[in-house]
Amino acid sequence: MAKTLFDKIWEQHVVSEHDDGSALLYIDRHLVHEVTSPQAFEGLRMSGRRPWRAASAVATPDHNIPTVDRERGIEDPVSRLQVETLDANCREFGITEFGMDDQRQGVVHVMGPEQGLTLPGMTVVCGDSHTSTHGAFGAMAMGIGTSEVEHVLATQCLIQKKPNQMRIVVDGVLPHGCTAKDMALFIIGRIGSAGGTGFAIEFAGSAVRNLSMEGRMTLCNMAIEAGARTGMVAVDDVTIDYVRGRPYAPAGEMWEHAEADWRNLHSDDGVAFDAELPLPASDITPQVTWGTSPEMVVPVTDSVPNPEYARDEVQKSGWQRAFEYMGLKPDTPITGIEVDKVFIGSCTNGRIEDLRAAAGIARGRKVAPNIRLALVVPGSGLVKAQAEAEGLDSIFTEAGFEWRDPGCSMCLAMNADRLEAGERCASTSNRNFEGRQGQGGRTHLVSPAMAAAAAIAGHFVDVREWK
Amino acid sequence: MQAFNVLKGLVAPLDRANVDTDAIIPKQFLKSIKRTGYGPYLFDEWRYMDQGEPGMDCTNRPRNEGFLLNQARFQGASILLARENFGCGSSREHAPWALLDYGFRCIIAPGFADIFYNNCFKNGILPVILADETVDRLFAECEVEGYRLKVDLDAQSVTTPSGEQIAFNIDGFRKHCLLGGLDDIALTLQETDQIRAYEKERRISAPWLFSG
Ligand code: SF4
Repeated sequence: MAKTLFDKIWEQHVVSEHDDGSALLYIDRHLVHEVTSPQAFEGLRMSGRRPWRAASAVATPDHNIPTVDRERGIEDPVSRLQVETLDANCREFGITEFGMDDQRQGVVHVMGPEQGLTLPGMTVVCGDSHTSTHGAFGAMAMGIGTSEVEHVLATQCLIQKKPNQMRIVVDGVLPHGCTAKDMALFIIGRIGSAGGTGFAIEFAGSAVRNLSMEGRMTLCNMAIEAGARTGMVAVDDVTIDYVRGRPYAPAGEMWEHAEADWRNLHSDDGVAFDAELPLPASDITPQVTWGTSPEMVVPVTDSVPNPEYARDEVQKSGWQRAFEYMGLKPDTPITGIEVDKVFIGSCTNGRIEDLRAAAGIARGRKVAPNIRLALVVPGSGLVKAQAEAEGLDSIFTEAGFEWRDPGCSMCLAMNADRLEAGERCASTSNRNFEGRQGQGGRTHLVSPAMAAAAAIAGHFVDVREWK
Repeated sequence: MQAFNVLKGLVAPLDRANVDTDAIIPKQFLKSIKRTGYGPYLFDEWRYMDQGEPGMDCTNRPRNEGFLLNQARFQGASILLARENFGCGSSREHAPWALLDYGFRCIIAPGFADIFYNNCFKNGILPVILADETVDRLFAECEVEGYRLKVDLDAQSVTTPSGEQIAFNIDGFRKHCLLGGLDDIALTLQETDQIRAYEKERRISAPWLFSG
C-alpha cells in the first residue's frame, strides 16, 4: 500500500496502540534547553525516576544567555539560575550538554542538525515549538510541553494520536531575491496561522527540492506558525550530503546501512493526503509581515491592508488591534515604513547561508543613520566560527552591524537584547506577536537579505531591485 | 494532577482571536524554575500598565482598568471564553500553569493551537471546542452580569443558565486521564516490557539510532 513519508516514520515508531486510536511512540532524540526543562527534571526527582535512555538526550542553553561579554557570565540572577539549573540537571542525570563555554553551544534547533544529532527517519522532540525545524531531514519532529519533556525523559515515549496529513506542493523556480523564508511566510499568508492545526505538513515540489538544507530548515521551522505540529521534507541527495560526516552521524558500514534505509523516506507515488495544496513558486515575492500574527503578511511591493477587505468581523477587529499596536495606518506602502532596529539570527535564519545572504547585501554599504541597532547573532558557535573564517563578521561590522555571540537573543528578548516600547524592528525570526521582542516592540518578519537591506536603507525595500 | 469532573463557574469573555502564549504569559516569567506562582502575571502586558518582572509584587501595580480580569464582575472567574486559535505560539507549559494558577479550570473556544491544547490536559484544565456560532452566542449571553456555565466532563456537556445543554467532543483517553487526575507517566510505565521489546528490535534494525 502506498504510504506517506509521515506514515512510514510513524509506523516505525509505534510501541503499542491503544483502543482509543492513540499510540505510544518511541522517541529517538530528545533535545533539551534551559527554559522548559527545570520543572521536568524536578518532576523526575520528586517521583524518584531516572531518564530511560539518557544518551538520547542532548542539551544546550540558548534562550537567555548573553550575546556579549560572555566571559563575564550572566548578569541577570534569574537567567543565571535557570542556566545553572540546566548544567546541574545534566550533571545529575548524565545528559550531554554543550554549555555556554562550548563552541558547539547554540540555538537548540541549529545545534542539533549541525552535530548530526538529527537524522532522517528519527522521531525528534524538544520542549520548544520550533522543533518542527528538524522535519527538514525527513524526520518526525515535534514540539512538546514540559509535562511531555518529563514523560519522554522517564519513558522514552510519547502518547500521540495520528494527525491528519497535508501536502503543500510548491512547484517551479523560486524567483530571484526570494528565499525559503518568503516561501514560508507566503504559505502562512495563504492558509492562515491556524491553517495547519491538526495536520502534519509535508512540503514537496521542485521549488522545495531545490532548497538547501538550511532553506528546508527555515521552511519547516515556520510550519508551527501555520499551526501544524510538524513540517517535513523527503530525504534526497541534499539531505544525505548534509548529514554525512557530522559528529553524531553514523560512519563506515553503519552509514551504508543507514543511508540505504533513509533513501526510502519519501511519500510513495499516488498516495493520498487528507489535504493537498499546490502553489506555484512564481507567485512568491519578498514578504513582510505588517501585523501581530505571521499570517498578517504582504508582498514588499504592497501596502498595509484596508479593513474593508477583512473576511469577517473577528478578523477585522484583529486587524484593527494590530494597526494600533503596530502604529500603522491602513494602505501605508510597506516600503514607506521606517525601522529602528534590525535583528538577523534565530533558529529560523541564524545559519551560515542566512548570514551569507545578509552579508551579500551589507558588503560595501553602511547602515542608515536612523537605525539604532543592527544585530547579527549567529545560530551557534560553529556558525559564528564559519562566518568569521569567511570574513562575514568584518563585512557586517564595517557596515555598522554588531556581531554577537550565539543564542536566541532578540528573537524573544529573554536576555538583554530587546526592543523598547514603540521601536520597530525588521527581524529574521519567526514570531511577530505583541511584546515578543520586548514589551511594546513592533516586529516585522522578513528574510535575511530583506532585513539587511532594511538596515542599509533605514526602511523596507524590495531586495530584488538591489545588486 | 487535579481531577476534573463538574465545574460550575463564572465566565470571563476574552474577545480576541489568536491569543498567543506570549500574551498569556510574557517571556520574562519563563525564567522561573517552578510550576506555580504565575497567576499574578497571567496576561501581564494587558493587565498592568507597567512592565512586569518576575518576583514583582502585583498588588500595587498600575492596572489597565479596561482589561476584563480587572473588572469587579469577573473576579473569581474559572471559565475563560475565547476565540479562534487560542494558545498559539510556543510550547511553554507556563501558559496553562498561569491560567491554572490564576483560577481558570476550563477554556471554551472555537479552536486551540495543538500544543497548548495538549498541555492543558496535563495540568487539569479542560479545553472545550464549540462551534463558531455557539461561541458567538455565548459571548452575547455573557454580557449579562454574573453569567455562569456548568461544564460536565463525564457527560461532555456545557449547560447555560437557561438550561440549554451543549454537547462537546473529547478524546477518550484524555477524558479518562482528566476525570481520574491520572499521571500518564505511571500509565506508560505499565508498558515497560513493550518498550524494552521495541528497543531490542530497533537496536538490530536501526543500530545508528543507539550509537550516539
Ligand atoms: S531562536 Fe527564537 S524561536 Fe528559535 S528557539 Fe530561540 S527563542 Fe525559540
